[in-house]
Amino acid sequence: MDPLLLVLAFPLLGGVLLALWGDRERAGDLNAAMSLLTLAASVWLTAIVVRDGPLTVWGEWFFVDPLNVFLVTLTAFVGFTTSLFSRPYMRIERDHGKMTPGRMRLFHSMYQLFNGMMLVALTTNNLGILWVAMEAATLTTVLLVSVYRTPASLEAAWKYFILCGVGIAQALFGTILLYLAAERAIGGGDGALLWTHLAQSKHLLDPEILSLAFVFLLLGYGTKVGLVPVHNWLPDAHAEGPTPISAVLSGLLLNVALYAVLRCKVLADGALANGLPGRMMIGFGLVTVVVAAFFLLRQRDVKRMFAYSSIEHMGLMTFAFGLGGPIANFAGLLHMTVHALVKSAIFFAVGHAAQKAGSQAMEDIRGLLKVSPTVGWGLMLGSLAILGMPPFGVFASEFLILTTAMREAPWATPFLLVALGVAFAAIFGRVQPMVFGETSLRPLAHPPALLPVFVHLGLALMLGLYIPPYLDGWYRQAALMIGG
Amino acid sequence: MNTLLAQSINLFAVVLLVLAFAMIAQRRILTLIHLFTLQGAALAVATLIVGYLTGQHHLYFSAALTFVLKVILIPILLHRVIQRLNVRWDVETLFNIPTTMLIGIVLVIFAFNLAAPIAGLSTSIARGTLGIALACVLLSFLMMIVRAKAVPQVIGFLSMENGLFFAATAATSGMPMIVELGIAFDVLVGILILGVFMFQIREQFDSLDIRHLEKLKED
Repeated sequence: MDPLLLVLAFPLLGGVLLALWGDRERAGDLNAAMSLLTLAASVWLTAIVVRDGPLTVWGEWFFVDPLNVFLVTLTAFVGFTTSLFSRPYMRIERDHGKMTPGRMRLFHSMYQLFNGMMLVALTTNNLGILWVAMEAATLTTVLLVSVYRTPASLEAAWKYFILCGVGIAQALFGTILLYLAAERAIGGGDGALLWTHLAQSKHLLDPEILSLAFVFLLLGYGTKVGLVPVHNWLPDAHAEGPTPISAVLSGLLLNVALYAVLRCKVLADGALANGLPGRMMIGFGLVTVVVAAFFLLRQRDVKRMFAYSSIEHMGLMTFAFGLGGPIANFAGLLHMTVHALVKSAIFFAVGHAAQKAGSQAMEDIRGLLKVSPTVGWGLMLGSLAILGMPPFGVFASEFLILTTAMREAPWATPFLLVALGVAFAAIFGRVQPMVFGETSLRPLAHPPALLPVFVHLGLALMLGLYIPPYLDGWYRQAALMIGG
Repeated sequence: MNTLLAQSINLFAVVLLVLAFAMIAQRRILTLIHLFTLQGAALAVATLIVGYLTGQHHLYFSAALTFVLKVILIPILLHRVIQRLNVRWDVETLFNIPTTMLIGIVLVIFAFNLAAPIAGLSTSIARGTLGIALACVLLSFLMMIVRAKAVPQVIGFLSMENGLFFAATAATSGMPMIVELGIAFDVLVGILILGVFMFQIREQFDSLDIRHLEKLKED
């Protein structure tokens, strides 16, 4: 039995089963069970990769190497914890009359398919299939963003569809150009878009075609990463969709899109040898960080604010990978991991806080500590973690990124420092009154599942203090692979 | 015979481009769908000819796929949607058609400049048309920007997909089969979702005008 087959089969099977039974009382349990099975399979897969090294399976159509194996595990893990969180959360939404049985079926089924598509995108060796899976992941979540059918959610979903559709169409053009270059270098046919083949002969790819292809690929997948100026869909989709979806969009989908950019960057770097891809990523990343930080100041909706914080962090990662080299790449990968953990934890806490207040406006959420200390502390600690306070892992990765930036691109550091400072003031200033102070919030009908929040924050804390040797080894190997 | 066929590829490429311009200026939704169907047919024929001339048999399949999807399935779906939404005879007021056309011409020149060096590197028989393909993509993009109704925007989106398919045929000998199938599947699912979506928008706003969808802004 192939563990990769199981990793991909469980979410797809879950999608089918939950399309049938997603409105039953125990559907949330089934959803969590399927996600747990996916996680178990991906841990098994990881164990095999740790033991035997990178593997390609099924006639090289799929492959697992140090770069994607940790993302597979992370995706399966956050997918599982989010399914745990969504059990009580969606039950409360149903009791509030926001979810009908049909919508519950849609939610559960699409949740599984979304996870499945991200896992396909991560493990496929074919850059064309990577595109197909990215688009499919968008399609599964469009109807979830509009699931409440409010005017604002319809608008958000429409923007999400159209903007991401246009973005991803550019990525398709980039992929076509890449295929053109591959045809010239290694001949056409099914093997020409396989990443392992392309990576072996990346020096043969035509530099002129590749530089144009990378522009399209970076802009295209960058739309999904949330890079400024093509980030407009992101805050809307995060704010208007159900909170479990916001958590997986922020924590996982953005990572998968960035992963696609990284795969393309390796090829472009090999062909160009002039550092252009890296410089483009530095530019886009830096602009993203700065613009997102200033937009943070103007937010009133709590989910919107944390969506902008996601944009800021994705910009920081893009910047880090743009700098390249073992240390910045290592920091970028670490930042991908801790950001996914911490941001989804924050969305879990924020989701329940908004349910208590019956509103996502930050001025309506007050004194969480008095009503439910766990939600309050979850939000407070999560915010401190995402703002890069030691000893959480975000501090470690941001510190590494900043120190590398000082050495490699000193002109950029003042911008980064100002942006991080502004983000700190914006988020901390708003979270404080939400957590402390007097309150008029109601308790919830179903006890919230807050274990995932503290598990995620615990892991982020651990990564700040101590990175286990095997994880460290992976990051190093992956960092070398991205090169730059 | 073969040189004539090779030249007819250019002819169909130009048909695609002209249709892209016609779509930008078309006010009637029904005619817009007809134009889109024609564009799909031109794309399918062009792909067929390239397949015949190069002996790449998977291009036949690709042409058949385009025909089934872009000439039969999607137009049927679109006709049904506009029938049930009762917007069949809708006429959209467009401002500044001449200006939009001028911008379109600038885009075409830009696309040709961008594509020229790349096309020179391609070995494909239809490499001269890469510029046209890119121009079609950009023109559809322009159409999506200037249109304020949901259905024309969706048609712009689909027409952009046509341009991309044409680019794949023009620059390379067609993408690998599995990738093309995947793209076609995504397009089909996408249009189904958009169909559902338009009913939701209509139910909520009593209109398909996307100007209603501009409330979410930064203060």
